[in-house]
Amino acid sequence: MIPVRDLQLDEQGRLRHFLTIDGLGAEWLRRIMDTAETFASVGERQVKKVPLLRGKTVVNLFFETSTRTRTTFELAAKRLSADVLNINVAVSATAKGETLLDTIRNLEAMSVDMFVVRHADSGAAHFIARHVAPHVSVINAGDGRHAHPTQALLDVFTIRRHKPEFDRLRVAIVGDILHSRVARSQIQALKALGVPDVRVVAPKTLLPVAVETFGVKAFHDLGEGLEGVDVVIMLRLQKERMEGALLPSEREYYRCFGLTCERLARAKPDVLVMHPGPINRGVEISSAVADGARSVILEQVSHGIAIRMAVMVLAMRSGQ
Amino acid sequence: MTKLVLRDGYLLDPGQETLEQGDLFIADGRIVGLGQPPDGFVPDRVLELGGRIVSPGLIDLSVSLREPGFEHKATIAGETRAAVKGGVTTLCCSPETEPPCDTPAVIELIREKAELAGRCKVIPVGALSQGLGGESLSEMHALKTAGCQVVGNGTRPLANPLVWRRALEYAATYDLLVVVRPMDPWLAARGNVHEGPVASRLGLPGIPASAETVAVAQILALVEETGTRVHFTCLSTFRAAAMIGAARKNGLPVSSDVAAHSLHLTEQAIAGFDPAAHVIPPLRTLADRDGLREAVADGGIQAICSDHQPHEADAKADVFAATEPGISALETLLSLTLKLVEEGGISLPRAISRLTAGPAAILGIRAGRLAAGEAADLCVFDPQASWRVEEANWVSQGRNTPFWGQTMPGKVRYTLVDGEVVYPDGDEAAG
Repeated sequence: MIPVRDLQLDEQGRLRHFLTIDGLGAEWLRRIMDTAETFASVGERQVKKVPLLRGKTVVNLFFETSTRTRTTFELAAKRLSADVLNINVAVSATAKGETLLDTIRNLEAMSVDMFVVRHADSGAAHFIARHVAPHVSVINAGDGRHAHPTQALLDVFTIRRHKPEFDRLRVAIVGDILHSRVARSQIQALKALGVPDVRVVAPKTLLPVAVETFGVKAFHDLGEGLEGVDVVIMLRLQKERMEGALLPSEREYYRCFGLTCERLARAKPDVLVMHPGPINRGVEISSAVADGARSVILEQVSHGIAIRMAVMVLAMRSGQ
Repeated sequence: MTKLVLRDGYLLDPGQETLEQGDLFIADGRIVGLGQPPDGFVPDRVLELGGRIVSPGLIDLSVSLREPGFEHKATIAGETRAAVKGGVTTLCCSPETEPPCDTPAVIELIREKAELAGRCKVIPVGALSQGLGGESLSEMHALKTAGCQVVGNGTRPLANPLVWRRALEYAATYDLLVVVRPMDPWLAARGNVHEGPVASRLGLPGIPASAETVAVAQILALVEETGTRVHFTCLSTFRAAAMIGAARKNGLPVSSDVAAHSLHLTEQAIAGFDPAAHVIPPLRTLADRDGLREAVADGGIQAICSDHQPHEADAKADVFAATEPGISALETLLSLTLKLVEEGGISLPRAISRLTAGPAAILGIRAGRLAAGEAADLCVFDPQASWRVEEANWVSQGRNTPFWGQTMPGKVRYTLVDGEVVYPDGDEAAG
């Protein structure tokens, strides 16, 4: 089995696929962020397009519904002048019994250049990357609980724009770490960039076993976890967690782990409040915090387009 | 009848710690002499062994032959051929067929197909519950009357502890051995790998070690009450092995085995989402692997099995969670066991006894020894030779092994069942 690292980079060390932050290294993260900086202004222009991917075909292959991620990938590809095809497989081919490999082969036969893949199972993007034709690149737009690397990159990109000295930061990630691909990728990105103090804050039922092997410190009290932090990242709480006996109720969760102005006071005065969205007001975060002066939640969204443009351009370069 | 002599081998009887160099004499399908021929013995055929090892044929307690019902994965004829290539002369096959092996008709069918194939001996494990559904008991008396000695529910759970208790009591009524693959379905939930650091990093739902220990504790408590003979198969945690070992010392009629791959691979094998390493029970920690090795060496575990589960290529060609668990393992069983000897910690005769005398005692069959009067079920192998796991050497219909491409120690030269050379056959010997 090809190691994941060799799967992402080609023989010349170029980015062939973008599947996970794991093992990619700080240099690549900085390179993607630097490239994204050059695209950040494209959206502010009169003509919001650059011709870098003209003549290329990008397929958004979504096996799980998502509005925000798909939309930003679509916008990113269009701003790069690529042709974009959106395929929602949840209601399409596999429902008719076609295998995942057949779906990929069929789309490949239409001469596509890139797959942007979202799937409910961990490892889906890896699987597709192992089986695509040599000229096709795969971008992971979220696989199961495993990874959501573009989301993590736009988060560290947002942090860098406000607090560029990663080696002095304290970052708390709060909520359902167990089921979160976003948290896994964020932790890997923050650690790779040298953040010395990464904390996860959650009840024990929502933390993966051996979470300390991620290089983080676990807290079960939100106040303690927020003490002196520069950044707090809140995660969305899914309603299903109540059914699986992981939590008693939304009310108790909010009482213990909901981010309110009072709790936020224990963080640094210039703390950044982040959330990958979509937010549940009154479940994990109060409206006063979400809409407050410390929130950079909407900034994250616009940075998402620049980061995705950067990743697409860098990955497409290896195929040429 | 044919008289055969295996000349100049090292005779390995699992009851003894040393190997004797000498000849082995066979007549009418039985061993008739070791070292010295019986009076007036005139062989019809001589096999020159050139110092290779003669051991009893291997007895594999956990094999899926897939027939009837899943012939796209494997067949009885094909997999028994793979078995004898691996030195296996007797195997127990799983009741998880379609229809499940819960009636005398299916037992008969399996037995007939095995006889027709003419390779190794096949012991069908009968279903413990009707249709393996886990709700109501199978007709165990009928199964017993059809010659079935062993029952089990394969990988499928029973509905609750009360059904387990009734099933054990009822099986004991007819003195059937009950084979249990211990895994609590509630704790296992929808997990597909060991719950540990690797699963956490990959975001794969885990099966905690407690899924196994809780199931073992429950069955042990029921064995105390019912006195049923229970064999735990395919252990994956050292804790479960210790629990069963202790219960055995206290006199409970229990035994256990472990699949050979669990003695070599750990959770690290899934690090690249490799579906070839997707197996249930999952590959666990280094501490589990080493603890299981120790238990095999000290007798806490009495047998090593293959847990052979052949699959068609498509079953493994998907996203990890969507692939089917299992390893095609008959042909690597002996080699992986010899690797344990190579790596230290267990002697050759003791390791081989876990493949021969150990499982024979669990099944209560007369086999697994090298002695005059025993059936001539034999495995002749060269421990110094090695082979590569690859297309040219592979027999099983299932190519699903995480050891593909690797070099393995120990090569089977001949397999004999009831004194007949069943491996290599004419074509294979010519090639």
